[in-house]
Formats: sequence, C-alpha cells, structure tokens
Amino acid sequence: MSHPTRHRVLPGFRLSLGFSWFYLGLIVLIPLSSLFLRTFSLSWEEFWGTVTTPRALAAYRLSFGASLAAALANVVFGLLVAWVLVRYRFPGRDVLESLVDLPFALPTAVAGLTLTTLFSAKGWYGQYLEALGLKVAYTSVGVAIALTFIGLPFVVRTVQPVLEDIDVDVEEAAATLGSSPWQTFRRVLFPALFPALLSGFTLAFARALGEYGSVVFISGNMPLRTEIVPLLIITRLEQYDYAGATAIAIVMLGASFSLLLAVNLLHRWSQRRLEARPGA
Amino acid sequence: MSIVVEQLARRFNRGGSPAVSRVSFQAPEGAITSLLGPSGAGKSTLLRLIAGLEIPDEGRVLIDGVDSTQMPVQQRGVGVVFQSYALFKHLTVRQNVAFGLEVRRVPKAEREARVEEMLRMVQLEHLGGRYPGQLSGGQRQRVAFARALAIRPRVLLLDEPFGALDTRVREELREWLHALHERTRLTTLLVTHDQQEALEISQHVVVLSEGCVAQAGSPADIYDRPASPFVASFIGGASVLRGHVQAGRAAMGALSVTAPAAAREGEPVHAFVRPHDIKLAKAFAGAASASTTTGRVERLKPVGGYVKVFLRLPSGDEVTVEVPRSEFDALGVAEGDSVRADVRSATVFVGDYSI
Ligand SMILES: Nc1ncnc2c1ncn2[C@@H]1O[C@H](COP(=O)(O)OP(=O)(O)O)[C@@H](O)[C@H]1O
Repeated sequence: MSHPTRHRVLPGFRLSLGFSWFYLGLIVLIPLSSLFLRTFSLSWEEFWGTVTTPRALAAYRLSFGASLAAALANVVFGLLVAWVLVRYRFPGRDVLESLVDLPFALPTAVAGLTLTTLFSAKGWYGQYLEALGLKVAYTSVGVAIALTFIGLPFVVRTVQPVLEDIDVDVEEAAATLGSSPWQTFRRVLFPALFPALLSGFTLAFARALGEYGSVVFISGNMPLRTEIVPLLIITRLEQYDYAGATAIAIVMLGASFSLLLAVNLLHRWSQRRLEARPGA
Repeated sequence: MSIVVEQLARRFNRGGSPAVSRVSFQAPEGAITSLLGPSGAGKSTLLRLIAGLEIPDEGRVLIDGVDSTQMPVQQRGVGVVFQSYALFKHLTVRQNVAFGLEVRRVPKAEREARVEEMLRMVQLEHLGGRYPGQLSGGQRQRVAFARALAIRPRVLLLDEPFGALDTRVREELREWLHALHERTRLTTLLVTHDQQEALEISQHVVVLSEGCVAQAGSPADIYDRPASPFVASFIGGASVLRGHVQAGRAAMGALSVTAPAAAREGEPVHAFVRPHDIKLAKAFAGAASASTTTGRVERLKPVGGYVKVFLRLPSGDEVTVEVPRSEFDALGVAEGDSVRADVRSATVFVGDYSI
C-alpha cells in the first residue's frame, strides 16, 4: 500500500526535517556521543570486564525486569482506567481524570518517599502485606511498584483518545452479529487499541528504565539485590570511575535503543493496518 | 417473518418525556417497512428496542410470532446496518463480512463460500482484500449490508443507512436496496427522516411523532390521506392556510375548498396544500371559481427542473408552489406580480391545531 504524495498545506518539509535532525543532534546525539568518547579510555577487555561484573548483571536484570513488569501492569490497569474515563459519566470523574496525571507532576523523590512510607514494615499497606509474608519495601517488588506508579499516565493518555474514537456502534454491530462481550473485546476492541497500547507500553517502559528518583528510596540500593542500573552508574561516578560509569551507561543505552527501535517497528506494522486512506 | 411491536415504551430520563411511548405496529413479512419521522421522534430508539440493543420499560417485541423481548441481542438473529457503517477498521472487507460467521463458529468452507456469495451480492467481490479506510462511503455501506446479511438474519434493521452519503450515492443505493430486497424478500425495517426515501422504497410506512405512531399505512395512504395535521404538514412540504367553516366549506378569505362532512359552522380549519396542487395563471385570465384566489409573487427560486414560487395570499398566509420549468416560462411572471392561484386539492382539518 503506497501512500500517494499529496500536496501539503504547510510548506517546508526539507526545512523542518533538517531542523529536526539538527535539533535532535544537538540535544541527543552529541551529548550521547561524548559518552562513547569517554569509554575510549578503556581497552576492550577492561570495558567487557566492567560491564559484566555480577553486580552490573544483577542491576541490568533488575532494571529491565522491573521496568517490564511495571509497563505490563500499566498496560492492564491503564486500559481499565482509560475505559472507565471514556465510557462512563460518574460523579468524581474530573477528580479521577486529574489523579491520572499526578505521577507526572510530582517530583519523583516525593513519590519515592511516599511509597516507602506506605510499604515499610509499619506503613499503611506494609503492615498488612508483611503479615501476609510479602515484603515490598527494599525488595525488587518495591522497585516494580515505584516504576508502575510513575508510568501509569503514559498508557492512560495514549489509549484514551483512541478509545474515544471507537464508536459504540462498532461494539453494537459486533453484538448483533452474535459476538459475546469477550469476543468483541478480543476481536474488535483489542486490535484497534493495540498500537496505542504498544505506544503507552513503550513510553512507560522507557520512562521506567531511566527512572531514578522514586526508586532509590524504596529499593534500599543493596548491590546484587535491589540496585538498579542508574544507581550503579551514580555509584561509579561517586567513586570517580567515570570510564566505568559510562561503560555501563553505554550498555544501557544500546539495550534501550534496540528495544525502542524494535517496538517502534512493531508499532508501525500494526498501525499500518489501521491506516485509513479516504476515497480510493 | 414479520415484526410485531406491542405497546413498546422506553423512557431515558425519569420524569422526562418518553423517547418511545406505547408504540404498536406491524412490519409485514417480506416487505420493507419505513419508520418515518422528524429527528427526535424516537425512530432509532424503536429500532434499537427491536434489535435488542435497548431494553424496553414496557411492551413486547415479536419476531416471527416469537416473543423476543427478553432475548439477548446476540441470539435475536437480526441484521443491523448503522448510519455510521460501524465497520471493523482493522479487518479487511472479507474479514468484516466473515466476522459474524466466525463468532458463530460456522465451518471454514461454508464460511468462505458464504462470504464470497455476499460480496457478489453487494458487487464488491473485487475489493475483498481492502480495508474499510480504502473504500468510498457507498462501498463501506455495502460492506455493512453484506456483513449483516451474511449471518442469514431473520429480519433486517436499517438505521438511516444512507444518511451519511451524498445525494447521488444515496439515490443509487436506494435503487440498489430495492433490487436487493426484490431478491432476498427479507422483512426489512428502515429508519429514515427522508420522506422521499420512505415513500419510494417501502411498501408500508409508519409515521412517528414524539414517540407515538402518527399514522401507519401504505405510502399512498400516507401521502394522499394524511390522518392528522402533523402528517399532512410533515409529508409533501405542504403549506398551511387558516380559515373557518362557512356554509359547509372551509373558507380562507375569498378562497374556499370542500370541508369535511362533520365540520360545524364557524369552527376553525386548517387546509394543507401541496406545492404542486396549486395551478398558477396570469391574473384575471379565465373565470374565477371558489377555489381560486389572487396572490402576490414574493420570491422566485429556480430549483433544477422546476421553479419554487412563494406566494402571499390576501389572507396573509404564504404558500409555496412548484411550477415545472416549461410551464413557468410560458407563464412569464416576475417577483412582485399578481397571479391567479387555483387550489386543485387540499387536505382540511377542523379544529385548533398548532404546528
Ligand atoms: N441513550 C439515550 N439517552 C438519553 N436520551 C436518549 C438516548 N437515545 C435517545 N434519546 C432521546 O430519545 C429521543 C428519541 O431519540 P431517537 O430515537 O434517536 O430519535 P430519532 O431516531 O427519531 O431521531 C430524543 O429526544 C433523544 O434525545
């Protein structure tokens, strides 16, 4: 399916593309390449040794694992919240609507402190969870919870407009054709929402990978157990091990970039099927 | 498979006026029945009640003699076509048509054969691989028809199916629907606010007003014998003239037409006159009769093959007259001229009534 080149109302595709590259280069590429230059002070063996210490491996595992868990949790609950906000009118809807954005506005350290207080052994939630034998504060579960908290708005806000665009008529049409509510969700709504869910997932995941402020409090930062990659980098910096810090940062960067690229390709593939070309 | 609706009622807001209030009517088997009425009359609500998309507060819906009031929408076996097409955007035309068969677990071979049959029926077999976004409005609506028909519904319910299309496509699809119905003979209910559409393709018309049935009958009944002032004014773009019963006739100033037999002397009357039921002539040409009056041409509006003439009568009432182009040219009148208007037929209602 090729898209015919259409005359655009606004001129200057070349100009704006050039500017986009320049801008991204200035604020993303150049700072990042200075990162690479730093690591050139290390030999390949030194580099490999630094990035594959058991402590570093544990940190990668925790960072990617907890971020993935958090993003997945947000996909499920974010969809639920978006659904309620779009499909129902109820008292307190405006309050719920603003609550969704709160994790964006809150300084992440505040979020971290609050969550730590709640989930510590004597906290409101912690005391009951502890009684059930579930420790949250200072464990990887706590890390995942903090990351879930800060990522919630991404899924809600990407899914919401798409959901608003889906006519109730479509669901009703499915029902008249004999489709049960579950079949309608699986065969009609989910495929239509998939690209938006994927976008929301990617944003939440990316945000979680880079998150630092809210995690340091609740994780307890125990090497090998609850230390996330950004924290490991900070620790290296504090020890004036700039080359070590940047080496780990580069691994993180490479992994994140490949993941985001993969998800973007998947997104484009799924979006293409929905692309409406009027006329024809 | 007829549709019978008995005393059906649905109110959305407690205390508010009901969207549908105790409506009863029948859609005869194998015919197209139109639900006709102005916007807000409750047509869509009625259709949704019959489809099972809405639960009635009271009353019953019988499809083919079986009480279906409590039957879930999935099991009613109704084909519904919406004004918005309501196609599944992420599925191809073929997958859209197959949807109902898949959720009903129709075996693959039969399913594929049926889908091809439906695509042929709506003349879209060459576009089966396209997505809805790549089709024109008329094509999309035909996909919606194919999808609804694929499940072999007992009845077909159409909610303003051509409402979102431009006039030319609408007329084409109207013809197409007529031909389709000739072949399938499926009991069909068509919701429309377009009287042209209702009168043209249905065998039975139910006129709705404010949630109630105003009149039900054949298109000819509705058009020629409107049962109420509402129907008379709603159908055919009639002008209304006000007067009183005088000497057994409905008199509006110097003009008078036959009054209903039961009319009593002095009662107020309203006469509804259709735009083509008035014949215009040069002023003072020929002999005047009781059904003749003079009028002043206020405005002329050429509309394609005919000209709309807005006349002001001596009584102050304004009437609209449609004159074929050739007749108009022969007549040779301009704005401001006096003309003679001969009322050939009018529908008269006795009593007070406000539009
Ligand atoms: N879901 C709904 N909630 C509240 N009011 C509704 C709803 N659907 C329809 N109505 C009201 O019911 C009346 C009839 O609507 P409708 O059946 O759509 O009329 P029509 O199809 O003749 O235009 C209108 O006054 C409309 O505002």
